[in-house]
Amino acid sequence: MANVEKDLISGQNTTGHEWDGIKELDTPLPKWWVYIFWASILWSIGYFVLYPSIPFLKSYTKGYFNYSSRDELAKDLVVQAQQRGKWLADFQGKDVGEIAKDQGLLRYAMAGGKAAFNENCAPCHGVGGGGSLGFANLTDDEWIWGGKLEDIQQTIAYGIRSGHEKARFAEMTKFGVEGVLKPAEIDQVADYVVGLSSGKGDANAPGAQIFTDNCVACHGEGGVGMRETGAPALNNAIFTQIKGDKTSIALQVSNPQHGVMPAWADRLGAETVKMLAIYVHSLGGGEK
Amino acid sequence: MANSSPAAAKTKGKQSKLYSSYEKPYPRNVKGAFRRYKWLTLFVLLGIYYLAPFLRWDRGEGPGQAILIDMPARRAYFFFIEIWPQEVYYLTGLLIIAAIVLFAATSLFGRVWCGFACFQTVWTDLFLWVEAKVEGDRTHRIQLDKSPWSFAKFGRKTLKHILFMIISLLTGGAWIMYFNDAPTVLGEIFQGAAGSGTYLFLFLFTATTYVMAGWAREQACIYMCPYARFQGAMLDDESLIITYEGWRGEPRAHAKTDDNFEGRGHCVDCKACVQACPTGIDIREGSQLACINCGLCADACNDVMDRFKLPRGLITYDSVANQKSRSIGEKPQSHLLRPRTMIYAGVLVIVSVVMAYSLSTRDRLKLNVLHERAPLFSRLSDGGVRNGYTLKILNMVRVNREIAFEIEGITVAKTTVIGREDAGESPMLPVKPDSVGDYRLFVSVARENVPKGSVPITVVIRDLKTGETARALDVFAGPEE
Repeated sequence: MANVEKDLISGQNTTGHEWDGIKELDTPLPKWWVYIFWASILWSIGYFVLYPSIPFLKSYTKGYFNYSSRDELAKDLVVQAQQRGKWLADFQGKDVGEIAKDQGLLRYAMAGGKAAFNENCAPCHGVGGGGSLGFANLTDDEWIWGGKLEDIQQTIAYGIRSGHEKARFAEMTKFGVEGVLKPAEIDQVADYVVGLSSGKGDANAPGAQIFTDNCVACHGEGGVGMRETGAPALNNAIFTQIKGDKTSIALQVSNPQHGVMPAWADRLGAETVKMLAIYVHSLGGGEK
Repeated sequence: MANSSPAAAKTKGKQSKLYSSYEKPYPRNVKGAFRRYKWLTLFVLLGIYYLAPFLRWDRGEGPGQAILIDMPARRAYFFFIEIWPQEVYYLTGLLIIAAIVLFAATSLFGRVWCGFACFQTVWTDLFLWVEAKVEGDRTHRIQLDKSPWSFAKFGRKTLKHILFMIISLLTGGAWIMYFNDAPTVLGEIFQGAAGSGTYLFLFLFTATTYVMAGWAREQACIYMCPYARFQGAMLDDESLIITYEGWRGEPRAHAKTDDNFEGRGHCVDCKACVQACPTGIDIREGSQLACINCGLCADACNDVMDRFKLPRGLITYDSVANQKSRSIGEKPQSHLLRPRTMIYAGVLVIVSVVMAYSLSTRDRLKLNVLHERAPLFSRLSDGGVRNGYTLKILNMVRVNREIAFEIEGITVAKTTVIGREDAGESPMLPVKPDSVGDYRLFVSVARENVPKGSVPITVVIRDLKTGETARALDVFAGPEE
């Protein structure tokens, strides 16, 4: 820097570089910038010492504060569990009917139930409980196993054909596979059920007598269904396991398919099951 | 700076305006009418600022503070007015009114806001007063800054900045009061019991006050403030601004008190006006961006004119048009009513009336309806269809209400409200004071009335006691085929 050239206009040194007569000023950095720069370095040293900083292969420097975001989460979870504890005591002591009558608990159950539903039930029953083929729609007014709070609670807790000893269980005879009905009879009874479901059940149809002989025991007179045996009503347009057309009905009579639902009591705990029952009951189809 | 050649000097003269390093102004203390107005506005405004949060207002159950923005509860209070978050456009209205008042004031009286009422001006004034008390008047301050660091200099500077910080802390502290119950939060701050957010904002507002009034000062007005930039658009020749009577002052020259002023200007080039200026400009160059219209140069000049027994008002509050008239010996005339000011006044009246009308007739019962989307509708066993809705009933008064509801636009077979099943098919929905009632409603439509696709419906709610109604549009969804 032997020859430092001064710019006459600004009084500033130039860098000595020139492009087409334009010389670059060697303007120093603004002081505030330099101060912040050094302050940041000081800050980073403090941060380095106080907080985790250097990663090793299997561990890392813990820092003076020994901070860990996992520990922070664990603490938060403890606090949350304490806050929930106040509510859960009520859920342990009261049955679903009592909880649903208390506006505060009802609100809590709806929120908690919704979260648990979306996490555990929605994959099959759909968000909001709309259901799909093979998985019951929980928002309509047809229940295979009952739509009262207690019924729903029991279904959620122990499941359907889940293998749990208290599970709801029923099995339809394989009328075709086991040769109970001939193909022609199955065809006739399927015709009759299609008629039933559209509200035009014809008592004189050839299928009517077959239905009376073979199906009424579980599905009830006129196909009104029987919840004790988990036999769905056939006198309406709502089908869960199959589509409502004649072919599907004939197939179901011949070689029935059954839905399975797991038992949730052991996985989620009795309090969450109560919340779920109240939430499902509130989806529109709940019965008194 | 090396001026080696005349050519270089010439270049410098031509271009130097593009490049100038910052020169800190050291405003000299002045006495006079404008100074007194400034003190008056300073006391009144700071008084309002510091005392207003402590005004109480009885709302029964609600917070007892007259002016309060309650962020956690999402409410704002101003005496008898309570604003919910969805009514925040009243704040917009208030800001529009404030803006038009500002425009009107500017077109009439120049930058009176900047010179007297702006918080930047008020706090800078206060800080300058402290600075002058600690470090002395202009010349002392210049000398102190030029002198090498000594124990005395360090002491004075430290004292000054401590005082700055105390004022900043009080400023920041008072700001917090508008967002919390003032007496409560005041106690909590001192006990260390206030929330971390309170301390954060206390620090933030303290820091900004200290930086803006302690350091940035006139640079905020010149470089940061957008209003300073576009105020010029509101001024015209009739606006009252701080003017220099060039026709009387020029040609300027130094003078002694017993000089004869025949054949020369009245300006004695004493630079008292420049030294008094808090933004460091020379008002004799005419109205300019950095002039905040505070009038301190006029005070300073009047003092000098008195000493020379010349008429006051060489620098005065006047319009450019009047100065033109005076310069050719005509009688000046004030034109307060001009198209510009009348338009501002008209807009102001219209906006104020609209806002006042909408505020006085606003709904205190509102309804939001959310249609359930999963599933959009449910088929029922009897062939009917059911839709689910969430009703959000906004009870914006501080009394308990019982709300009735009905559905218009479709033949309803049955309605069910979750949690109110025992109260019949169309139950009354209780809503607590000043809160939102949240209800799940199911609407069933019989098979023969089920629409194809979606049809519009209206949910109407009614407070049977007061007769208030609110309605919300939504749809009833049926199967497409």
